[in-house]
Amino acid sequence: MTAPRPSTALANAVRSGARSALEVLEEHLSAIEAGDGEVHAFNLVTADEARAQASAVDRTVAAGDDPGLLAGVPVALKDNLCTRGVPTTCSSRILEGWSPPYDATVVTRLRNAGAVMVGKTNMDEFAMGSSTETSAFGPTRNPHDTSRVPGGSSGGSAAAVAAGFAPLALGSDTGGSIRQPAALCGVVGMKPTYGTVSRFGLVAFASSLDQIGPFAATVGDAALLFDVIGGHDPADSTSLNRPTPRVLSVLDDGVAGLTVGVLTEFLVGADPDVVARTRQAADACANAGARVEEISVPEVAYGLSAYYLIAPGEASSNLARYDGVRYGLRVDAEDTAAMNTATRSQGFGAEVKRRIMLGTYVLSAGYMDAYYNQALRVRTKIIEGFAVAYQRCDVLLGPTAPTTAFPLGAKTGDPLTMYLSDVCTIPTNLAGHPAISVPFGTGDDGLPIGIQVLGPALSEGTILKVAAVVEAAAPDLAPPVLAGRS
Amino acid sequence: MVIGLEVHCELKTATKLFCGCPNMFGEEPNTNVCPVCLGLPGSLPVINQKAVELAMAIGTALSCEIRPSTFHRKNYFYPDQAKDYQISQYDEPINVNGHLDLPDGSRVGIERAHMEEDTGKTSHSGSSGRIHGADYSLVDYNRSGVPLVEIVSAPDMRSSAQARSYATELRAVLIASGASDGKMEEGSMRVDANVSVRHSADDPFGTRCEIKNLNSVRSLGRAIDYEADRQITLLEAGERVTQQTRHWDEDRGCTVTLRSKEDAYDYRYFLEPDLVPLVPDAEWIRAVADTMGPLPAERRARLVALFDDLGGASDAQIDQVATVVDLGLDSLVTAAVAAGVGSRLALARTANEAATDVDAARRLDVDSYVALLTMESAGTLTATQAKAVLGELLTTGGGDPAVIAAAKGFEAMSEDSLAAMVAEVIAAHPDDWNQYRAGDDKVQKKKEGFLTGQVMRTAQGQADGEAVKAELRRLRG
Amino acid sequence: MTEPQRLTRDDVAHVADLARLELTDEELDLFTGQLAQVLDHAADVASLDLAGVKPTAHAMAVTNVLRPDEITPCLDRDEVLAQAPAVEDHRFRVPSILGEAP
Repeated sequence: MTAPRPSTALANAVRSGARSALEVLEEHLSAIEAGDGEVHAFNLVTADEARAQASAVDRTVAAGDDPGLLAGVPVALKDNLCTRGVPTTCSSRILEGWSPPYDATVVTRLRNAGAVMVGKTNMDEFAMGSSTETSAFGPTRNPHDTSRVPGGSSGGSAAAVAAGFAPLALGSDTGGSIRQPAALCGVVGMKPTYGTVSRFGLVAFASSLDQIGPFAATVGDAALLFDVIGGHDPADSTSLNRPTPRVLSVLDDGVAGLTVGVLTEFLVGADPDVVARTRQAADACANAGARVEEISVPEVAYGLSAYYLIAPGEASSNLARYDGVRYGLRVDAEDTAAMNTATRSQGFGAEVKRRIMLGTYVLSAGYMDAYYNQALRVRTKIIEGFAVAYQRCDVLLGPTAPTTAFPLGAKTGDPLTMYLSDVCTIPTNLAGHPAISVPFGTGDDGLPIGIQVLGPALSEGTILKVAAVVEAAAPDLAPPVLAGRS
Repeated sequence: MVIGLEVHCELKTATKLFCGCPNMFGEEPNTNVCPVCLGLPGSLPVINQKAVELAMAIGTALSCEIRPSTFHRKNYFYPDQAKDYQISQYDEPINVNGHLDLPDGSRVGIERAHMEEDTGKTSHSGSSGRIHGADYSLVDYNRSGVPLVEIVSAPDMRSSAQARSYATELRAVLIASGASDGKMEEGSMRVDANVSVRHSADDPFGTRCEIKNLNSVRSLGRAIDYEADRQITLLEAGERVTQQTRHWDEDRGCTVTLRSKEDAYDYRYFLEPDLVPLVPDAEWIRAVADTMGPLPAERRARLVALFDDLGGASDAQIDQVATVVDLGLDSLVTAAVAAGVGSRLALARTANEAATDVDAARRLDVDSYVALLTMESAGTLTATQAKAVLGELLTTGGGDPAVIAAAKGFEAMSEDSLAAMVAEVIAAHPDDWNQYRAGDDKVQKKKEGFLTGQVMRTAQGQADGEAVKAELRRLRG
Repeated sequence: MTEPQRLTRDDVAHVADLARLELTDEELDLFTGQLAQVLDHAADVASLDLAGVKPTAHAMAVTNVLRPDEITPCLDRDEVLAQAPAVEDHRFRVPSILGEAP
């Protein structure tokens, strides 16, 4: 069995000269033009820059040189990744129109691999959300049903891949922001081990949890993209200085002899159709030769609460720099403090303000120990709980999200309800572990369901192997039909 | 009074603490900046190894325990703070529990010496340049991210003199350890004083006030004395001292309220998630210590020890020793003494003459200097002549003192010439000579002085006073 | 361990001030309710007996990440200042600053 890798095939075609990068790009730009009015995956389509990049790739090929592993492959970038000279807004008014004077490390690596960057994708403001509805520039719609959310916070990137606007995209995952939209949009999304992909140039939300990761239509393509962007970066002190896991070479190894643990805590609270698909995915692993059992990691039950103390705490500090002094929005006032306040009050949306205040409170004198430090102790327990599970199992399996895509506006009235969508994804962020969401059929409502494969730190090879098996057994998913396309 | 000092010391690194921007004073505004020190979205800090080593050098010099340490964020809004938080060290600083011994023999405890980043610089519109009443301000981030070590003393000082001595000695130690250039006037060493008063040493500490804006050791002393007086006056009037931060106004010679510290600002310290802990192993600590030369106290002791055979150094000589060490000229003294020059002469010439041009003295070729002092010590040159030759050496940086002396016409006066000159003077002043020969001790001394002076005048500085006296005594019998 | 008190409107006003956010009265009421709810949910964490459990700040245990003391290229000043809201004399201009840094 070979995991399908359409992006690899595409890059090969460009590298060999069989297809021109410019032609590939124009195809995708046309799709974007036809469909994105409806989907709003993009904050900005960088058509001219992309054409220049594609032309450069074609010239490199013509000169007989190697343009790189992703030659000519269009890639969409979440709008919290710094792109030099190209607006990077984090879907916030406070950074509207700001262009970074530097590229994120992952962006540099994509350029060096010959990728063609088609645009910056919509997201929840500063990555705070699970539906891309907190964007200051309007929500992104799920290509499978445009009355529904694509998930979040990397909703734009997930939708871009689901709608065929780009074969690859990058997102960021702090509490599930790659995996959950991947599941809701029916694409593959992976959060790598903390420290395997450089955060330099990723606008920070919660520093100890944020990781950049790939979106793709297939597991094989996600693995390829991870290979390109991953690896040590001296500009990021939390970047691991050890060999990145070999993933491409082990992808097709199969799961014979592996033990897969179905995580019972994740099944609790999940819709019945989601649970059913999870069991089907588990069966597929068993059929492929894995030992499948149910396993409980009781500590994960506290993940949500710990996360909503740690993440806002770090975020409240990371977002302090948006003060109208050096860049971005400034709302004038008589004195600097008043200017800071007016700028931030007008520049930030409600969810961002909520989390900043929650975080400020949680870090405040008198509350630190009861809340923030306590959450850090819970994190220790979660790591220990997973460690026990991984003594018995090689990987864990569960749903990525408890439900399929919910309607736009369904959960915006109650923050707590929205936070609960992350219950299956948060524990891996707290532990720093890798996890991947693989599309596996649809729910009763015909909307995509994603199955999550989790592993211990630096087990990307193993989780991808299992993901490939799950993918191979997955029922076909009908591509989205957008009104703008025939 | 009870005094504690907090000293912020800019480290002498090539680059900033968390990024590779140059660490340089006086550059064009906002030219030494990058995403990290500007706090741009997406930027991340990476610790400068040299900064850690200089922090460890300071810790070693102050006899601190060097520990595994972590960095914390100190959160507050201010325009010169690029990220609106400062990366500093909080409850796990790199250096703790040290001390500094002062020249008077007293010991001041050092609670901690931790690493943190500096802020940018604000300048204020309006004629006074002061923040109050300015319509707007301008911010330059060149200094943002420069590495600092903050040295916090224990509240062990009991007088402004002791505080001044501490600041002076600490500065010398920081320079000697290679960590800093100690330029208070450029802001590379900033001192804040915490001052409180109490009736007696048995009483608990009183409420303290922090004084900022002390730009020299002298201001430090004046400010402490003023503040102690102010607090005593308040207490004697039955009022209480409010804990607060005060600003030293150099022109008016007083401290003024800056802000009340009654409600301490909530900095919401938490562990910096973008950095990992520093765990220096014994080998690294030793390697850093090995690169350090002797500290000022040890260097002073070495010079003072040169007078052990002479019955100990006098107070004046101890002052000269302090000057020589402070200026970094000890090697001139030790080299001369090692070559056989007398300690008194070596020290005096260095502290009094060589020190007149410190930069030149530091560049001076040691062998030339030693050769010169050897000539003076042997009587080949008089003191006056030696000083003149030294002046020349300082200008040129080196050279053969014998050649310079010859060029200046400083011939070594031969014994015959000296005897002839003495005979001439005796012949010219027969009465004084007879009184010198026949008189009592008092008269002898007076006449010897007179006759010697006459010879010296005739010789125009080319006779050695001691040699003249010896000849007179020889002739007297 | 003592349970923290329930979040009050004054608490929210205080942290909004610390965070340089200005809220209308309606927002203050709304946020107080919402945040109190989140914290109530988080109370299950606050009430756990985890004495003796070390907090984990970093999932991966790495130490001593350092860089050499070597100059790297700085940003072009014009490029930086072009993005600034207000500039004078090659510096970032801000309205009057009331008071010293805390």
